[in-house]
Amino acid sequence: MLVLVSYDVSTETSAGRRRLRRVAKICLNHGQRVQKSVFECRVDQAQLETLKFQLLDEINEAEDNLRIYRIPEPLGKHVMEFGRFRATDFDDTLIV
Amino acid sequence: MTLLQNTLYVTTPDAYLRLEGETVCVMVEQQRRLQVPLHHLGALVLFDHVMLSPALLGRCAEDGRSVVWLNRSGRFQARLEGPVNGNILLRQAQFRTAEDGRAALVLARATVAGKLRNSRQVLMRGAREAKSGADRDTLVKAARLLAIQIRKLPQAETLDALRGFEGDGARLYFESLPAVMREPVREQFPFEARSRRPPRDAFNALISFLYALVLADCRAALETVGLDPQLGFLHAVRPGRPALALDLLEEFRAPLADRLALTLINRGQIQPGDFDCREGGAVLLNDKGRKTVITAYQERKQETLTHPLLQQDTPIGLLPHIQARLLARFLRQDVRAYVPYLQR
Repeated sequence: MLVLVSYDVSTETSAGRRRLRRVAKICLNHGQRVQKSVFECRVDQAQLETLKFQLLDEINEAEDNLRIYRIPEPLGKHVMEFGRFRATDFDDTLIV
Repeated sequence: MTLLQNTLYVTTPDAYLRLEGETVCVMVEQQRRLQVPLHHLGALVLFDHVMLSPALLGRCAEDGRSVVWLNRSGRFQARLEGPVNGNILLRQAQFRTAEDGRAALVLARATVAGKLRNSRQVLMRGAREAKSGADRDTLVKAARLLAIQIRKLPQAETLDALRGFEGDGARLYFESLPAVMREPVREQFPFEARSRRPPRDAFNALISFLYALVLADCRAALETVGLDPQLGFLHAVRPGRPALALDLLEEFRAPLADRLALTLINRGQIQPGDFDCREGGAVLLNDKGRKTVITAYQERKQETLTHPLLQQDTPIGLLPHIQARLLARFLRQDVRAYVPYLQR
Protein backbone atom coordinates (compact mmCIF):
# COMPACT_ATOMS: atom_id res chain seq x y z
CA MET A 1 0.00 0.00 0.00
CA LEU A 2 1.07 3.56 -0.46
CA VAL A 3 0.87 5.95 2.46
CA LEU A 4 1.48 9.64 2.67
CA VAL A 5 3.25 10.82 5.81
CA SER A 6 3.27 14.50 6.65
CA TYR A 7 4.39 16.20 9.81
CA ASP A 8 4.91 19.45 11.61
CA VAL A 9 7.73 19.33 14.07
CA SER A 10 8.37 22.39 16.19
CA THR A 11 11.86 23.73 15.48
CA GLU A 12 11.97 26.38 18.16
CA THR A 13 14.31 24.45 20.42
CA SER A 14 17.40 22.46 19.51
CA ALA A 15 15.62 19.36 20.78
CA GLY A 16 12.88 20.12 18.26
CA ARG A 17 15.33 20.47 15.39
CA ARG A 18 16.87 17.18 16.41
CA ARG A 19 13.41 15.54 16.36
CA LEU A 20 12.79 17.00 12.90
CA ARG A 21 15.95 15.47 11.49
CA ARG A 22 15.25 12.12 13.08
CA VAL A 23 11.64 12.02 11.88
CA ALA A 24 12.77 12.79 8.32
CA LYS A 25 15.33 10.01 8.54
CA ILE A 26 12.76 7.43 9.64
CA CYS A 27 10.50 8.46 6.76
CA LEU A 28 13.38 8.19 4.28
CA ASN A 29 14.04 4.65 5.44
CA HIS A 30 10.56 3.70 4.32
CA GLY A 31 9.94 5.88 1.29
CA GLN A 32 10.85 9.04 -0.50
CA ARG A 33 10.64 12.73 0.19
CA VAL A 34 8.15 14.40 -2.14
CA GLN A 35 8.00 17.76 -0.36
CA LYS A 36 9.87 19.25 2.57
CA SER A 37 7.87 17.46 5.24
CA VAL A 38 5.80 15.13 3.10
CA PHE A 39 6.85 11.57 2.30
CA GLU A 40 5.36 8.85 0.16
CA CYS A 41 6.06 5.37 1.49
CA ARG A 42 5.17 2.09 -0.13
CA VAL A 43 4.90 -0.37 2.73
CA ASP A 44 3.12 -3.54 3.74
CA GLN A 45 1.04 -3.81 6.89
CA ALA A 46 3.97 -4.79 9.11
CA GLN A 47 6.22 -2.07 7.75
CA LEU A 48 3.47 0.48 8.28
CA GLU A 49 3.27 -0.52 11.93
CA THR A 50 7.04 -0.23 12.30
CA LEU A 51 7.00 3.15 10.62
CA LYS A 52 4.18 4.35 12.83
CA PHE A 53 5.81 3.19 16.07
CA GLN A 54 9.19 4.61 15.17
CA LEU A 55 7.61 7.97 14.39
CA LEU A 56 5.44 8.03 17.50
CA ASP A 57 8.50 7.17 19.53
CA GLU A 58 10.30 10.19 18.13
CA ILE A 59 7.79 13.02 18.09
CA ASN A 60 6.67 15.07 21.01
CA GLU A 61 2.92 14.86 20.94
CA ALA A 62 2.52 18.11 22.86
CA GLU A 63 4.36 20.19 20.27
CA ASP A 64 4.42 18.24 16.98
CA ASN A 65 1.85 16.64 14.81
CA LEU A 66 1.88 13.74 12.44
CA ARG A 67 -0.59 12.62 9.81
CA ILE A 68 -0.54 9.38 7.83
CA TYR A 69 -2.89 9.03 4.86
CA ARG A 70 -3.50 5.89 2.92
CA ILE A 71 -3.61 6.45 -0.85
CA PRO A 72 -5.88 4.12 -2.82
CA GLU A 73 -4.45 2.36 -5.86
CA PRO A 74 -4.02 2.73 -8.77
CA LEU A 75 -1.78 5.66 -8.12
CA GLY A 76 -2.02 7.14 -11.59
CA LYS A 77 -5.67 7.78 -10.89
CA HIS A 78 -5.32 9.27 -7.42
CA VAL A 79 -2.07 11.18 -7.45
CA MET A 80 -1.40 14.23 -9.60
CA GLU A 81 2.03 15.74 -9.90
CA PHE A 82 2.89 19.28 -10.96
CA GLY A 83 6.01 21.38 -10.81
CA ARG A 84 9.66 20.51 -10.88
CA PHE A 85 9.83 17.41 -8.69
CA ARG A 86 8.96 13.98 -10.04
CA ALA A 87 8.63 11.07 -7.63
CA THR A 88 10.35 7.75 -8.34
CA ASP A 89 8.11 4.73 -8.57
CA PHE A 90 10.00 2.12 -6.58
CA ASP A 91 8.03 -0.68 -8.27
CA ASP A 92 9.03 0.53 -11.70
CA THR A 93 12.28 -0.41 -13.40
CA LEU A 94 15.18 0.99 -11.42
CA ILE A 95 18.16 1.70 -13.66
CA VAL A 96 20.86 4.23 -13.00
CA MET B 1 4.45 -16.70 -0.87
CA THR B 2 7.56 -14.81 -1.88
CA LEU B 3 7.02 -11.23 -2.86
CA LEU B 4 8.42 -10.11 -6.18
CA GLN B 5 10.85 -7.46 -5.07
CA ASN B 6 12.39 -4.99 -7.41
CA THR B 7 15.91 -5.23 -8.79
CA LEU B 8 18.16 -2.21 -8.94
CA TYR B 9 20.29 -2.13 -12.09
CA VAL B 10 23.27 0.19 -12.12
CA THR B 11 24.78 0.68 -15.56
CA THR B 12 26.42 4.07 -15.04
CA PRO B 13 30.21 3.58 -14.90
CA ASP B 14 31.88 4.72 -11.69
CA ALA B 15 28.68 4.91 -9.72
CA TYR B 16 29.07 4.45 -5.99
CA LEU B 17 26.40 2.81 -3.88
CA ARG B 18 26.23 3.37 -0.18
CA LEU B 19 24.05 2.49 2.74
CA GLU B 20 22.28 5.40 4.36
CA GLY B 21 20.00 4.38 7.18
CA GLU B 22 17.78 1.72 5.67
CA THR B 23 18.24 2.97 2.13
CA VAL B 24 20.62 2.56 -0.77
CA CYS B 25 22.01 5.78 -2.22
CA VAL B 26 23.33 5.71 -5.75
CA MET B 27 25.98 8.41 -6.08
CA VAL B 28 27.29 9.53 -9.47
CA GLU B 29 30.04 12.14 -9.39
CA GLN B 30 29.25 13.15 -5.81
CA GLN B 31 25.60 13.62 -6.67
CA ARG B 32 22.75 11.57 -5.32
CA ARG B 33 20.97 10.06 -8.30
CA LEU B 34 18.60 7.74 -6.52
CA GLN B 35 17.72 6.77 -3.01
CA VAL B 36 15.70 3.59 -2.47
CA PRO B 37 14.62 1.98 0.80
CA LEU B 38 16.18 -1.48 1.04
CA HIS B 39 12.83 -3.18 1.55
CA HIS B 40 11.95 -2.59 -2.10
CA LEU B 41 14.98 -4.41 -3.37
CA GLY B 42 15.51 -8.14 -3.72
CA ALA B 43 18.67 -7.83 -5.76
CA LEU B 44 21.29 -5.44 -7.06
CA VAL B 45 22.71 -6.04 -10.53
CA LEU B 46 25.79 -3.99 -11.27
CA PHE B 47 27.45 -3.55 -14.63
CA ASP B 48 31.19 -3.04 -14.84
CA HIS B 49 32.78 -0.36 -12.66
CA VAL B 50 30.29 0.07 -9.88
CA MET B 51 31.40 0.24 -6.27
CA LEU B 52 29.57 -0.60 -3.10
CA SER B 53 30.39 0.70 0.34
CA PRO B 54 31.53 -1.95 2.82
CA ALA B 55 28.51 -1.17 4.98
CA LEU B 56 26.12 -1.84 2.11
CA LEU B 57 27.93 -5.05 1.18
CA GLY B 58 27.69 -6.24 4.76
CA ARG B 59 24.04 -5.41 4.95
CA CYS B 60 23.18 -7.18 1.69
CA ALA B 61 25.11 -10.27 2.77
CA GLU B 62 23.29 -10.30 6.08
CA ASP B 63 19.83 -9.94 4.55
CA GLY B 64 20.51 -12.43 1.77
CA ARG B 65 19.92 -9.77 -0.86
CA SER B 66 21.64 -10.92 -4.02
CA VAL B 67 24.38 -8.74 -5.46
CA VAL B 68 25.70 -9.63 -8.90
CA TRP B 69 28.36 -7.98 -11.02
CA LEU B 70 28.14 -8.38 -14.78
CA ASN B 71 30.43 -6.95 -17.41
CA ARG B 72 29.17 -4.54 -20.06
CA SER B 73 27.87 -7.31 -22.26
CA GLY B 74 26.05 -8.97 -19.40
CA ARG B 75 28.55 -11.71 -18.76
CA PHE B 76 28.77 -12.85 -15.16
CA GLN B 77 31.76 -11.55 -13.24
CA ALA B 78 31.17 -11.91 -9.54
CA ARG B 79 28.55 -12.12 -6.90
CA LEU B 80 28.29 -11.56 -3.20
CA GLU B 81 28.17 -14.67 -1.08
CA GLY B 82 26.79 -14.22 2.40
CA PRO B 83 26.75 -16.77 5.21
CA VAL B 84 25.69 -20.24 4.09
CA ASN B 85 22.06 -20.57 4.95
CA GLY B 86 19.08 -22.58 3.95
CA ASN B 87 18.26 -26.12 4.73
CA ILE B 88 21.19 -28.49 5.05
CA LEU B 89 18.87 -31.49 4.80
CA LEU B 90 17.65 -30.17 1.47
CA ARG B 91 21.20 -29.72 0.21
CA GLN B 92 22.08 -33.24 1.37
CA ALA B 93 19.12 -34.54 -0.60
CA GLN B 94 20.36 -32.58 -3.61
CA PHE B 95 23.82 -34.15 -3.32
CA ARG B 96 22.39 -37.65 -2.90
CA THR B 97 20.24 -37.20 -6.00
CA ALA B 98 23.25 -36.02 -7.99
CA GLU B 99 25.24 -39.08 -6.90
CA ASP B 100 22.44 -41.38 -7.95
CA GLY B 101 22.95 -41.45 -11.72
CA ARG B 102 19.44 -42.73 -12.36
CA ALA B 103 17.72 -39.89 -10.49
CA ALA B 104 20.03 -37.27 -11.98
CA LEU B 105 19.19 -38.53 -15.46
CA VAL B 106 15.47 -38.31 -14.76
CA LEU B 107 15.86 -34.68 -13.67
CA ALA B 108 18.10 -33.77 -16.57
CA ARG B 109 15.57 -35.32 -18.93
CA ALA B 110 12.77 -33.21 -17.45
CA THR B 111 14.93 -30.12 -17.90
CA VAL B 112 15.67 -30.86 -21.55
CA ALA B 113 12.05 -31.78 -22.21
CA GLY B 114 10.96 -28.43 -20.74
CA LYS B 115 13.50 -26.56 -22.80
CA LEU B 116 12.61 -28.18 -26.11
CA ARG B 117 8.89 -28.02 -25.38
CA ASN B 118 9.08 -24.28 -24.65
CA SER B 119 11.27 -23.69 -27.71
CA ARG B 120 8.66 -25.43 -29.78
CA GLN B 121 6.00 -23.20 -28.27
CA VAL B 122 7.90 -20.12 -29.52
CA LEU B 123 7.98 -21.58 -33.04
CA MET B 124 4.28 -22.43 -32.98
CA ARG B 125 3.36 -18.97 -31.83
CA GLY B 126 5.53 -17.62 -34.63
CA ALA B 127 3.63 -19.86 -37.05
CA ARG B 128 0.27 -18.55 -35.84
CA GLU B 129 1.42 -14.97 -36.36
CA ALA B 130 3.35 -15.57 -39.59
CA LYS B 131 2.54 -13.18 -42.41
CA SER B 132 3.68 -15.41 -45.26
CA GLY B 133 2.81 -18.99 -46.06
CA ALA B 134 6.45 -19.91 -46.54
CA ASP B 135 7.35 -18.80 -43.02
CA ARG B 136 4.39 -20.65 -41.59
CA ASP B 137 5.43 -23.83 -43.37
CA THR B 138 9.02 -23.51 -42.15
CA LEU B 139 7.89 -23.04 -38.56
CA VAL B 140 5.26 -25.76 -38.58
CA LYS B 141 7.79 -28.16 -40.04
CA ALA B 142 10.42 -27.27 -37.45
CA ALA B 143 7.85 -27.60 -34.67
CA ARG B 144 6.96 -31.06 -35.94
CA LEU B 145 10.61 -32.11 -35.99
CA LEU B 146 11.07 -30.76 -32.47
CA ALA B 147 8.09 -32.78 -31.31
CA ILE B 148 9.75 -35.92 -32.68
CA GLN B 149 12.93 -34.95 -30.89
CA ILE B 150 11.03 -34.53 -27.60
CA ARG B 151 9.42 -37.94 -28.00
CA LYS B 152 12.89 -39.46 -28.38
CA LEU B 153 14.07 -38.18 -25.00
CA PRO B 154 12.96 -41.20 -22.95
CA GLN B 155 15.32 -43.31 -25.08
CA ALA B 156 18.34 -41.41 -23.79
CA GLU B 157 19.99 -43.82 -21.38
CA THR B 158 22.97 -41.63 -20.54
CA LEU B 159 23.55 -37.94 -19.94
CA ASP B 160 25.66 -37.71 -23.07
CA ALA B 161 22.92 -39.18 -25.23
CA LEU B 162 20.51 -36.72 -23.66
CA ARG B 163 22.82 -33.79 -24.36
CA GLY B 164 23.03 -35.02 -27.95
CA PHE B 165 19.24 -34.85 -28.32
CA GLU B 166 19.25 -31.44 -26.66
CA GLY B 167 21.89 -30.13 -29.06
CA ASP B 168 20.01 -31.43 -32.12
CA GLY B 169 16.79 -29.88 -30.86
CA ALA B 170 18.44 -26.54 -30.15
CA ARG B 171 19.98 -26.46 -33.63
CA LEU B 172 16.62 -27.17 -35.24
CA TYR B 173 15.06 -24.43 -33.19
CA PHE B 174 17.65 -21.75 -33.90
CA GLU B 175 17.72 -22.59 -37.61
CA SER B 176 14.05 -21.79 -37.97
CA LEU B 177 13.95 -18.89 -35.52
CA PRO B 178 14.53 -16.17 -38.17
CA ALA B 179 11.13 -17.12 -39.60
CA VAL B 180 9.58 -15.68 -36.42
CA MET B 181 11.14 -12.30 -37.20
CA ARG B 182 9.16 -9.91 -39.31
CA GLU B 183 10.25 -9.65 -42.94
CA PRO B 184 11.98 -6.21 -42.82
CA VAL B 185 13.58 -6.94 -39.46
CA ARG B 186 15.15 -10.11 -40.76
CA GLU B 187 17.55 -8.10 -42.93
CA GLN B 188 18.50 -5.82 -40.06
CA PHE B 189 19.19 -8.74 -37.77
CA PRO B 190 20.80 -11.49 -39.82
CA PHE B 191 20.91 -14.57 -37.63
CA GLU B 192 22.23 -17.90 -38.78
CA ALA B 193 23.27 -19.84 -35.76
CA ARG B 194 23.85 -19.35 -32.11
CA SER B 195 27.26 -17.81 -31.41
CA ARG B 196 28.61 -16.79 -28.05
CA ARG B 197 31.77 -15.70 -26.33
CA PRO B 198 31.64 -13.37 -28.10
CA PRO B 199 28.29 -13.07 -29.91
CA ARG B 200 28.95 -12.43 -33.62
CA ASP B 201 25.73 -10.67 -34.54
CA ALA B 202 23.21 -8.37 -32.95
CA PHE B 203 20.54 -10.99 -32.28
CA ASN B 204 23.04 -13.26 -30.57
CA ALA B 205 24.24 -10.34 -28.47
CA LEU B 206 20.66 -9.59 -27.48
CA ILE B 207 19.76 -13.11 -26.41
CA SER B 208 23.10 -13.60 -24.64
CA PHE B 209 22.44 -10.50 -22.59
CA LEU B 210 18.93 -11.65 -21.71
CA TYR B 211 20.19 -15.13 -20.75
CA ALA B 212 22.60 -13.46 -18.33
CA LEU B 213 19.73 -11.53 -16.71
CA VAL B 214 17.52 -14.61 -16.41
CA LEU B 215 20.44 -16.69 -15.13
CA ALA B 216 21.07 -14.20 -12.34
CA ASP B 217 17.40 -14.51 -11.36
CA CYS B 218 17.51 -18.33 -11.51
CA ARG B 219 20.55 -18.42 -9.31
CA ALA B 220 19.00 -16.07 -6.77
CA ALA B 221 15.83 -18.21 -6.78
CA LEU B 222 17.79 -21.41 -6.04
CA GLU B 223 19.70 -19.76 -3.25
CA THR B 224 16.52 -18.38 -1.73
CA VAL B 225 15.05 -21.86 -1.64
CA GLY B 226 18.25 -23.20 -0.07
CA LEU B 227 19.61 -25.26 -2.95
CA ASP B 228 23.24 -25.24 -4.00
CA PRO B 229 23.35 -23.48 -7.40
CA GLN B 230 26.67 -25.11 -8.26
CA LEU B 231 25.55 -28.73 -8.26
CA GLY B 232 23.57 -29.44 -11.40
CA PHE B 233 22.14 -32.53 -13.02
CA LEU B 234 22.23 -31.77 -16.73
CA HIS B 235 25.23 -29.46 -16.58
CA ALA B 236 28.43 -30.99 -15.35
CA VAL B 237 30.03 -29.64 -12.22
CA ARG B 238 32.95 -27.30 -12.80
CA PRO B 239 34.61 -24.89 -10.40
CA GLY B 240 32.75 -21.61 -10.36
CA ARG B 241 30.04 -22.77 -12.72
CA PRO B 242 26.47 -22.37 -11.46
CA ALA B 243 25.45 -25.72 -12.93
CA LEU B 244 22.06 -25.99 -11.25
CA ALA B 245 21.21 -22.39 -12.16
CA LEU B 246 22.09 -23.25 -15.77
CA ASP B 247 19.82 -26.31 -15.52
CA LEU B 248 16.97 -24.15 -14.29
CA LEU B 249 17.67 -21.55 -16.97
CA GLU B 250 17.05 -24.11 -19.73
CA GLU B 251 13.28 -24.12 -19.35
CA PHE B 252 13.14 -20.32 -19.35
CA ARG B 253 15.45 -19.53 -22.27
CA ALA B 254 12.77 -19.63 -24.94
CA PRO B 255 9.75 -18.14 -23.14
CA LEU B 256 11.52 -15.43 -21.14
CA ALA B 257 14.56 -14.46 -23.19
CA ASP B 258 14.09 -15.50 -26.84
CA ARG B 259 10.45 -14.46 -26.97
CA LEU B 260 11.23 -11.08 -25.43
CA ALA B 261 14.13 -10.56 -27.84
CA LEU B 262 11.86 -11.33 -30.79
CA THR B 263 9.19 -8.94 -29.53
CA LEU B 264 11.75 -6.18 -29.04
CA ILE B 265 13.11 -6.39 -32.55
CA ASN B 266 9.76 -7.05 -34.21
CA ARG B 267 8.32 -3.93 -32.62
CA GLY B 268 11.39 -1.90 -33.47
CA GLN B 269 12.11 -1.15 -29.81
CA ILE B 270 15.62 -2.44 -30.38
CA GLN B 271 17.37 -1.43 -33.58
CA PRO B 272 20.75 -2.07 -35.14
CA GLY B 273 21.90 1.28 -33.71
CA ASP B 274 21.61 -0.16 -30.21
CA PHE B 275 24.65 -2.36 -30.80
CA ASP B 276 28.37 -1.69 -31.10
CA CYS B 277 30.77 -3.74 -33.16
CA ARG B 278 34.11 -4.55 -31.61
CA GLU B 279 37.35 -5.48 -33.26
CA GLY B 280 37.47 -9.16 -34.05
CA GLY B 281 33.81 -9.35 -34.97
CA ALA B 282 32.19 -9.25 -31.55
CA VAL B 283 28.84 -7.45 -31.36
CA LEU B 284 27.60 -6.05 -28.07
CA LEU B 285 24.69 -4.00 -26.82
CA ASN B 286 25.59 -0.38 -26.16
CA ASP B 287 24.43 1.73 -23.20
CA LYS B 288 21.17 2.80 -24.78
CA GLY B 289 20.29 -0.68 -25.98
CA ARG B 290 21.13 -2.18 -22.63
CA LYS B 291 18.73 0.17 -20.86
CA THR B 292 15.93 -0.62 -23.28
CA VAL B 293 16.42 -4.35 -22.76
CA ILE B 294 16.57 -4.13 -18.97
CA THR B 295 13.44 -2.00 -18.87
CA ALA B 296 11.55 -4.41 -21.10
CA TYR B 297 12.71 -7.38 -19.03
CA GLN B 298 11.67 -5.74 -15.78
CA GLU B 299 8.26 -4.90 -17.19
CA ARG B 300 7.83 -8.42 -18.41
CA LYS B 301 8.60 -9.75 -14.94
CA GLN B 302 5.73 -7.73 -13.50
CA GLU B 303 3.16 -9.27 -15.83
CA THR B 304 1.17 -12.11 -14.38
CA LEU B 305 0.10 -15.40 -15.86
CA THR B 306 -1.40 -18.60 -14.54
CA HIS B 307 1.19 -21.19 -13.61
CA PRO B 308 0.16 -24.28 -15.58
CA LEU B 309 0.84 -26.75 -12.77
CA LEU B 310 -0.19 -24.80 -9.70
CA GLN B 311 -3.10 -23.02 -11.41
CA GLN B 312 -2.41 -19.81 -9.57
CA ASP B 313 -1.74 -16.33 -10.84
CA THR B 314 1.94 -15.48 -10.63
CA PRO B 315 4.12 -12.60 -11.70
CA ILE B 316 6.45 -13.86 -14.43
CA GLY B 317 9.41 -12.75 -12.31
CA LEU B 318 8.53 -15.35 -9.68
CA LEU B 319 8.47 -18.32 -12.06
CA PRO B 320 12.12 -19.24 -11.32
CA HIS B 321 11.29 -19.20 -7.59
CA ILE B 322 8.30 -21.46 -8.09
CA GLN B 323 10.30 -23.92 -10.16
CA ALA B 324 13.11 -23.88 -7.61
CA ARG B 325 10.56 -24.79 -4.95
CA LEU B 326 9.09 -27.58 -7.06
CA LEU B 327 12.62 -28.87 -7.57
CA ALA B 328 13.26 -28.79 -3.82
CA ARG B 329 10.05 -30.73 -3.25
CA PHE B 330 11.17 -33.38 -5.70
CA LEU B 331 14.64 -33.63 -4.15
CA ARG B 332 13.06 -34.07 -0.73
CA GLN B 333 10.90 -36.76 -2.31
CA ASP B 334 7.68 -35.00 -1.38
CA VAL B 335 6.54 -35.43 -4.98
CA ARG B 336 7.26 -38.20 -7.47
CA ALA B 337 8.41 -36.07 -10.41
CA TYR B 338 9.78 -32.67 -11.27
CA VAL B 339 7.62 -30.89 -13.82
CA PRO B 340 9.45 -28.12 -15.65
CA TYR B 341 7.74 -24.84 -16.40
CA LEU B 342 5.70 -25.30 -19.56
CA GLN B 343 4.74 -22.14 -21.37
CA ARG B 344 1.23 -22.12 -22.72
